[in-house]
Amino acid sequence: MVVPAPTESDPVVEVRGLRMTYGTHEVLTGVDLTVGAGEVVCLLGPNGAGKTTTIEVLEGFRLRSGGDVRVLGADPAAADDAWRARVGVVLQSWRDHARWTPRRLLTQLGGYYAPYATPERPRPVPVDELLETVGLAADGDRKIVTLSGGLRRRLDVAVGIIGRPDLLFLDEPTAGFDPQARRDFHDLVHRLADLEGTSILLTTHDLAEAERLADRILILAGGRIVADGSAEELTRQVAGSSEVRWTLHGERFVHATPDPTPFVRRLFEQHGDAVAELEVHRASLEDTYIAMVAQHERSDAPAARPLAGAAR
Amino acid sequence: MSAATTAGPAARAAVRLGLHRGWTEFALSLRSPQDQAFYLVSAVATLVYLWINRDDAVEGTDLLYPTVVLPSLLGALLAFGVVIGPAYALAMEREDGTLLRHKALPHGMQGYVTGQLVYHSLGLVPSLLTILVPGFLLFDGLMSGGAAGWLTLAWVVVLGLLATLPWGMVLGAVVPSTQKVGTWGMLPVLVITGISGIFAPIQALWGWLQVVAQVFPTYWIGLGMRSAFLPDAAAAAELGGSWRTGATVAVLLAWAVLGLLVAPRVLRRMARRQSGSQVQAAREAALQWVR
Repeated sequence: MVVPAPTESDPVVEVRGLRMTYGTHEVLTGVDLTVGAGEVVCLLGPNGAGKTTTIEVLEGFRLRSGGDVRVLGADPAAADDAWRARVGVVLQSWRDHARWTPRRLLTQLGGYYAPYATPERPRPVPVDELLETVGLAADGDRKIVTLSGGLRRRLDVAVGIIGRPDLLFLDEPTAGFDPQARRDFHDLVHRLADLEGTSILLTTHDLAEAERLADRILILAGGRIVADGSAEELTRQVAGSSEVRWTLHGERFVHATPDPTPFVRRLFEQHGDAVAELEVHRASLEDTYIAMVAQHERSDAPAARPLAGAAR
Repeated sequence: MSAATTAGPAARAAVRLGLHRGWTEFALSLRSPQDQAFYLVSAVATLVYLWINRDDAVEGTDLLYPTVVLPSLLGALLAFGVVIGPAYALAMEREDGTLLRHKALPHGMQGYVTGQLVYHSLGLVPSLLTILVPGFLLFDGLMSGGAAGWLTLAWVVVLGLLATLPWGMVLGAVVPSTQKVGTWGMLPVLVITGISGIFAPIQALWGWLQVVAQVFPTYWIGLGMRSAFLPDAAAAAELGGSWRTGATVAVLLAWAVLGLLVAPRVLRRMARRQSGSQVQAAREAALQWVR
């Protein structure tokens, strides 16, 4: 092989100080993020925080206002077609190729990847295999216009992964999925990451989804990444992240504490069996997320943020 | 470098895929009741119009009205079809995500544009044949040029296509939205068609309007079509009393060259601006439109 294979330690996405300005409105004020090879990273954030903008910059679909961006070793704004062949994008389509069938469309679009096949990564993925993978095997020969919203999203996912990408971008991939489709999709993401070694960056509003899928979660708020870590790490970062409830002689008590074990021990030492209805709640990712976004929104842009959220 | 060694074959593969795409779109369109109805209605309307005027003689000649107007109409249909067709297609596919899908592919835009060129060129075949074939059955003496006439028809069609199709693509790339194609595309093209001597001789217009008409390709495509179908004596009824074949070739070539220079630039600019949020915004706008 002439081209040196990228080593495991090289990050597939490296962003430093990414800025994006529309007119006078600064959407991204300095985003730093890294996605390692084979990692599944989830980008969370309130509406209007710039998740889609960030993803579009990384996909090479949008020109940034400033900052350094390296995706698969190249600047996406200037990357060539060989780079494009290694990147998968799951798009939100709505009425394109109405008269085509999924099989016909996938055969046509997959053809573009054939010149980029390598022994390690045969491209494109055979259409039948792909239809099976995304759960469209029974619908491969229907007109696309007749597919339901959920089936259409499966087709979008199939188009995104047909080139057997090294890196896959998904912007709210499960919006409009029913619970079964959502579970199937999660299995698919795990398979892609584990079996194909695909690095994945996705955005979502579903925190349970982020917790299930992501090796690492990034929270984007106020134009910056305000948190970066696994679900547990993020939960630990929020002070008073556990809540202890109990009743004593019929009276109810609630106490928030970062470390519930010593607190509960002291509680028993003091009151013994008089402590009743004891409950210890660890903060969920949702609590953490709400706390972090709220904390951030208090610290800057106090007027604009809540309004932008309320408008949706 | 693997990039250098795959770029050539990959670009060729993309063009091949584009040809296939154009053919598939054409085949699907022929099977679509909506497109069948379009071809049928435009053919029937044209033929009925000619049939009503079948016995009128054209002033200054011994030719009948359908004999003169049918070739002109074919020319106008060509010019109109390959400007408005791609303009609508491009504006729509910018909004519905077809274009974005191709932007996400290696060499995808090359394939997409190839597909559009093939699809709209092929689309001319049914729209011209549905008029030509019944026309020959209904009216006598349509083609007086024989084999040479058919040859002329062939080059006028090819040159006319080259002169107009790129501008349809340009139009589709620059209109702000599908709804604006009517205002920015349909209206000017209809006006140009109206002054291009299709239904009435161009000499009936004011002098300055004749000059304007002769700037655009529609007049020349119509003239070329008449030169293919009509006897040489009919040239006396044209401006300058001649078919002006040299000028026809020159004007159409000029439009073709200019179009082929401008179109790739405009298309590249359009592709650069294409993004998912744009498609999303168009979708929301369209949903508003429906409500």
